[in-house]
Amino acid sequence: MALLEIEDLHVHFHTEDGRVEAINGVNLTVDHDEVLGVIGESGCGKTVTVLSVMGLLQSPPAEVVRGSVRFDGRDLLPLSDEELDEIRGDDVSMIYQDPMSSLNPVLSVGRQLIEPLVAHRDISKSAARERAVEMLDDCGLADPERIMTEYPHELSGGMRQRVMIAMALITEPKLLLADEPTTALDVTIQAQILDLLRDLRAEFDTSIVFITHDLPVVSEIADRIAVMYAGRVVETCSIGDLFDSPLHPYTRRLSESIPSLEGTPGRLPVIEGSVPNLLDPPEGCPFADRCPEHHGDVCDSVVPAVTPVAGPHDDHEVACHLYTDLSDERPPWPVPGAGDARVGDRGRGSTRDAADGGRGRPGTESTRTRDGRRSDGGTGGDRQ
Amino acid sequence: MSRADHAGADRDDALDVREGVDDAILSARDLRKYFPVTGGILKRTVGQVKAVDGVSFDVAPGETLGLVGESGCGKSTLGRTVVGLEDATGGSVRFEGEEVTEASSSRMRELRRDVQIIFQDPASSLNPRMSAGRIIGEPMRFLTDWSRERREARVHELIEEVGLGEEHLSRSPHEFSGGQQQRIAIARALAVKPKLVVADEPTSALDVSVQANILNLLDDLQDEYDLTYLFVSHDLSVIKHVCDRVMVMYLGRLAEVAPTERLFESPSHPYTKALLSSVPKASAGTTTDRIVLEGSVPSPENPPSGCRFHTRCQEYIGDVCETTDPAFRDVGDGDDEHVCACHHYD
Repeated sequence: MALLEIEDLHVHFHTEDGRVEAINGVNLTVDHDEVLGVIGESGCGKTVTVLSVMGLLQSPPAEVVRGSVRFDGRDLLPLSDEELDEIRGDDVSMIYQDPMSSLNPVLSVGRQLIEPLVAHRDISKSAARERAVEMLDDCGLADPERIMTEYPHELSGGMRQRVMIAMALITEPKLLLADEPTTALDVTIQAQILDLLRDLRAEFDTSIVFITHDLPVVSEIADRIAVMYAGRVVETCSIGDLFDSPLHPYTRRLSESIPSLEGTPGRLPVIEGSVPNLLDPPEGCPFADRCPEHHGDVCDSVVPAVTPVAGPHDDHEVACHLYTDLSDERPPWPVPGAGDARVGDRGRGSTRDAADGGRGRPGTESTRTRDGRRSDGGTGGDRQ
Repeated sequence: MSRADHAGADRDDALDVREGVDDAILSARDLRKYFPVTGGILKRTVGQVKAVDGVSFDVAPGETLGLVGESGCGKSTLGRTVVGLEDATGGSVRFEGEEVTEASSSRMRELRRDVQIIFQDPASSLNPRMSAGRIIGEPMRFLTDWSRERREARVHELIEEVGLGEEHLSRSPHEFSGGQQQRIAIARALAVKPKLVVADEPTSALDVSVQANILNLLDDLQDEYDLTYLFVSHDLSVIKHVCDRVMVMYLGRLAEVAPTERLFESPSHPYTKALLSSVPKASAGTTTDRIVLEGSVPSPENPPSGCRFHTRCQEYIGDVCETTDPAFRDVGDGDDEHVCACHHYD
């Protein structure tokens, strides 16, 4: 049994402008002692997903329409706040992007660190204090005794992030939800924090959900990756597959459009258009109107199902019509180990796939489609 | 104070060899910008934050010069001082040979046409009460004597050039996405046909897929307008992608200056090495040969003596690092293209 199983989660926000369908059927699993990286751009729903695990979405405006979130086999969604409080900060804890806004500015670091221990464990204050000092030391903070008496504003950004990590891990949780934990930090400090998370994971056997928009960062720490787009998971795969054989057109474009130290100068491939408005989500694939591999009506009318792909790794899943039975098109890039069969668990594929083999790529068609769209809208680039 | 002066003088001597760059579009010499720290109920000045503390460099016409460093190293302040948004505490900035820091206010107005800036956060740098068209036209109203017709024609030209359409001109900033807002900010900066544009983290507030769009746009516009960029960023991958030369800044000072390829292939300053090794690689697996710096950047209010990096340096060689400010030395082919301020190269 997986440690965390999110199944068919739908979360809507009721706003003045209407209903925003922020999460639209998200499935995610996190195993014991596994780091799952969740990547995606702003507004794709990655933060909302983890907040719903923690029961931290404010309702209203948020409403969990349906789905389940099982932690250690127990569904968290029906639980009351009191019941959740037994789990939050104990078995599941969270670290945030901005430590300053999640640390209490008027309490000393020591008091904030001791709090979860005293709340969840039958432990004396002095023992809790001792444990807190140890934890600060484990998190690489020099002179932990002094830091215990200091207040958040007296610490640097990197130190605050370490304090927050210490606070999150002091109860030795089974699951740590880390929401962009290094985004606000400089690269040299980011390197320190990534090292620290790796060490602590090994020491405490903690599973981590690591949310970020930064692909290179997540590659440093994650075992498996889920790529989110417009409230859906569009691809999940091992970290190796993400770099060797990404399958979803969005994943491929995203990784190409990031300048890297190894890259060559020149024009960056871009993703035309912008993310769909979730007040009025598209009927078909959410990526359809930006997709360089767009291949016709099926993309615009049917949401592609998450499909397991045959390959050397059996945990590679992708939601794209290039890999479903609903379309005749095949991906223009090699699908490792798949041979002719594009879909692992469906029998229909092979004959038709062989027939498709000689057909040209839909490149011209998709270009035309995109250009047509662009002139309709009157703009290029990141249109709203 | 005398220490800083002395240090500045040292640096100038070492850099004098580079005065051969006569055709520089912009030259800064021993540029300093201090911010007062006030305290007590009388708000007396109790100290100074030395955000920029003796920086000298030249920008060649047509190049993209990168300025990279961690937060608080003074890179944005340096950019703002160059543009004239901050008054320099000391030192000189010459634009096309003319001293900017002593320019009269009428002359300054003309100079502002030549030097423009693009800010990090487009949302807060656009006036929310103005339409996009008015925002783009604003610099022309104040900095040129162009007729209304000419200004309007130029606004229409610009909105197309940055990849938006005429129908966008009447909209307010909040109706645009982040990437579109940055496009408007770029159009505004280019309205008066500047020669030098300081781009202060122009893509840091944007999503990666939008970042690629904006970087490509800046590249196109550079060709079209013969622009020179001073490109300020904390993101080494972006710097490597867009810049011809790079300056690495640490705690108010330059540590190393080199052509981009040389900097990334053979970084010389221990800080540059650490910075480069900290960047996560876009590939599976953990980076193993990383130099992890201890601690964090010291306060610029009370910077370390001698070499400012000595408190975190992995190649610390002894007392000299703590007592003497290192001068710039050539660490390249002797053409002073690749210089580095570290006692290793004395």
